[in-house]
Amino acid sequence: MLKINKWNVFFVLAVCVTAIYYIIPNIYGKSEVTALPKFLSQKQVNLGLDLQGGSHLLLEVDTTSVLKEKSEDLVDDIRKSLRKSKIKYSNLGSKITGAVVTISDPEKITAAKNNIRENIEKGITIEESKNKLNLFFSDQYIIETRANTVEQSIEVVRKRVDESGTKEPSIQRQGEERIVVQLPGIKNPERVKALIGRTAKLNFHMLDPTTVELAEQRGKLPPGTFKALNSDPTAYEKQFVVKKRVLLTGERLKNAAATVDAQTGRYVVAFEFDKKGAKKFAKITTDNTYQRLAILLDNKVISAPQIREPITGGQGNISGNFSPETANDLAVLLRAGSLPAPIKVLEERTVGPSLGIDSIEAGKKALAIGFILVIVFMIIRYKAFGIVADFAIIFNIILLISMLSAIEATLTMPGIAGIVLTVGMAVDANVLVFERIKEEIRSGRSILNSIDLGYKFAIKTILDANFTTLIAALLLYNYGSGPIKGFAVTLSIGILTSMFTALILTKLIVTFWVLRLKPNKLYI
Amino acid sequence: MNFNINFFKYRFIAFALSAFLIGLSAFLFLTKNLNLGIDFKGGIMIEAKFSDVPDLALLRDKIDNLQIGNSEIQEFGDSNTILFRLEKIDDGNITQEEIIQKLKNELDEDTDYRRVEFVGPKVGKELKSIAIKAVLFSLIAMFIYIWFRFSGWQFGLGALVALFHDVLSTMGFFSLTQIEFNLASIAAILTIAGYSINDTVVVFDRIRENLVKTDRELKELLNVSINQTLSRTLMTSITTLLALLALFIFGGEVVKGFVSAMMWGVLIGTYSSIFIASPLILFFGFKKVEEKS
Repeated sequence: MLKINKWNVFFVLAVCVTAIYYIIPNIYGKSEVTALPKFLSQKQVNLGLDLQGGSHLLLEVDTTSVLKEKSEDLVDDIRKSLRKSKIKYSNLGSKITGAVVTISDPEKITAAKNNIRENIEKGITIEESKNKLNLFFSDQYIIETRANTVEQSIEVVRKRVDESGTKEPSIQRQGEERIVVQLPGIKNPERVKALIGRTAKLNFHMLDPTTVELAEQRGKLPPGTFKALNSDPTAYEKQFVVKKRVLLTGERLKNAAATVDAQTGRYVVAFEFDKKGAKKFAKITTDNTYQRLAILLDNKVISAPQIREPITGGQGNISGNFSPETANDLAVLLRAGSLPAPIKVLEERTVGPSLGIDSIEAGKKALAIGFILVIVFMIIRYKAFGIVADFAIIFNIILLISMLSAIEATLTMPGIAGIVLTVGMAVDANVLVFERIKEEIRSGRSILNSIDLGYKFAIKTILDANFTTLIAALLLYNYGSGPIKGFAVTLSIGILTSMFTALILTKLIVTFWVLRLKPNKLYI
Repeated sequence: MNFNINFFKYRFIAFALSAFLIGLSAFLFLTKNLNLGIDFKGGIMIEAKFSDVPDLALLRDKIDNLQIGNSEIQEFGDSNTILFRLEKIDDGNITQEEIIQKLKNELDEDTDYRRVEFVGPKVGKELKSIAIKAVLFSLIAMFIYIWFRFSGWQFGLGALVALFHDVLSTMGFFSLTQIEFNLASIAAILTIAGYSINDTVVVFDRIRENLVKTDRELKELLNVSINQTLSRTLMTSITTLLALLALFIFGGEVVKGFVSAMMWGVLIGTYSSIFIASPLILFFGFKKVEEKS
């Protein structure tokens, strides 16, 4: 029999209250919401980057390069320890994750092995075959090294992004060696990308007095030197001959800032070493007075000043051909430190603020028009019942938005499309019920009986039919990326709420109406 | 509305039409292929809005002179907005940032960059395999669901054939219109799949109900079931199409491709659940006794 179920009334009221509770914060702006009283929810629907504008970057850390470096360090360690203990060797070389060496005297192989083991890091396995030693990093060591590299990279990227003045950035690890950076509302993504991607390894070398021209005439570089490009390709000196030995690195920097040089009026980057660095720098500048220092950033010379006097205060200036922006960027890079491994941008999605605003406007308009079209159509088709279904649609949208707020979902443009689509598809549950009621009335049943049966029969079909759409939505959520995930979320929540509104809410309204007014004829 | 249409009279016409549709889709797919977006192909896409209507020929010349690989230029939405698509040249000499910067240098300073997207070849390949997986898994999951829910493999297979019919012809639609095929297209295909099965399930549910309730001959029973649910099938298709129409006209350029595919999908899904899925049950040799046992 058709009757009002008290529990359903209670359930609907509870859902209404919850919906209102969660929808309220969305009326306010982001800053106002924190000022709301404590008993109210402060959760809001977030706008995706495609709606508020911003950059999404997928970065990959080249952790293999760190392992390669470690392998080369390992080769150095082996060479040192074998030389020290005067064991003869040949064919010493590095692999991607380890090194090989051949010991000339087979009898000394055990001695060599022990000798090397004492002088190298843990986590390295040594295998011997005949007179050959095979050294390789253990799997755990490789995994840890990779993980550490990615962690450190994330830290450096975070510092750089924070320093660039981006509001509310999100920096997260994804998978093994990837980092997802989300920069909402960013104005100049190119600059931030350039900041993030730079390795920014700062090294202090001495310049060799030999000029590049002289070296070319001789046909070879002086021993222990290498050729380095000038970072400013327009400068007079295009290349330099730099001594290989690294005297000091950027790791010893305590601070860096862009300032204007009082004498020249040009932009410089002022830096300050920590205690240990200052001491070293003092020694370098004392030992090499009147010679030229070479300051290299990522293996390019950014400045090659002459040391006029010993610098003991641990402070100095880098004067290159800087603009205010490039000086500031370099200071940011020096403060944040260098990346442990090169980073590559695998994917970028940037939406400008104007497109975001247009998309929101377009979404609102499409939702309003779609809503009106469906509402009018339902009334034309189902008369009084159409109004009930329309009420369900309105409630459905409110419920959908409140649930999106409750889980603090991210609303994207495809997500808005999902809401509009829900308006069209969510009436399906009601349509199924109404059509069934009509059918039962046609077959000569009483009004009450028809309504009762209509809901009873339709419920199975509604569950069956919606389940398949849910499967599609869940798979989309699982496999989709950012904006598409937003679509999957609104679509699946829309399906769930539509089942609630059709099977419980409108049933309650229809039952209440029929029991109260006892109509002789149903306008459906 | 009370329908009494003999759909089975048209089943061979429908089968022939569908066979033609699938054949055409396959032909289009093989000859014209899909207009793969950078999501799957990799490359750079820039949507730029100019303050004045730009000279397309001049723009094309400028970009050809940059020598940054193959490029495509087209109007996007209005004549002030241009969509640039650049194939990524992966020779290691030039990074994508540099390519984007080079292009930006050629354009006016007050150009509004509405969208800048770059997908590396590695990510493109990954997205491709993810997309294929998503579509395959959802088809399998739906098939399994139908199989369990309705006794008789004929139902599962009928629904699956209808589903493939809809998905394949949607691919044909993408191929014919050359609408960009991207991640949103995959979302469209999966939603169409869900919608199509949804429609089919409603008819199947009614068939199942009628199998228990009436003693009609199977062919007639199927026909009655389709007619009984026809009103609902059409109603839901119309409201969904109305919502999609609003999105198509007012929803902006970004979702237009997605929405047009969805519209096609709703039409073809409705057609297939009426003309393909149910007649196939008969075609596959479903017998009433089988249901009762």
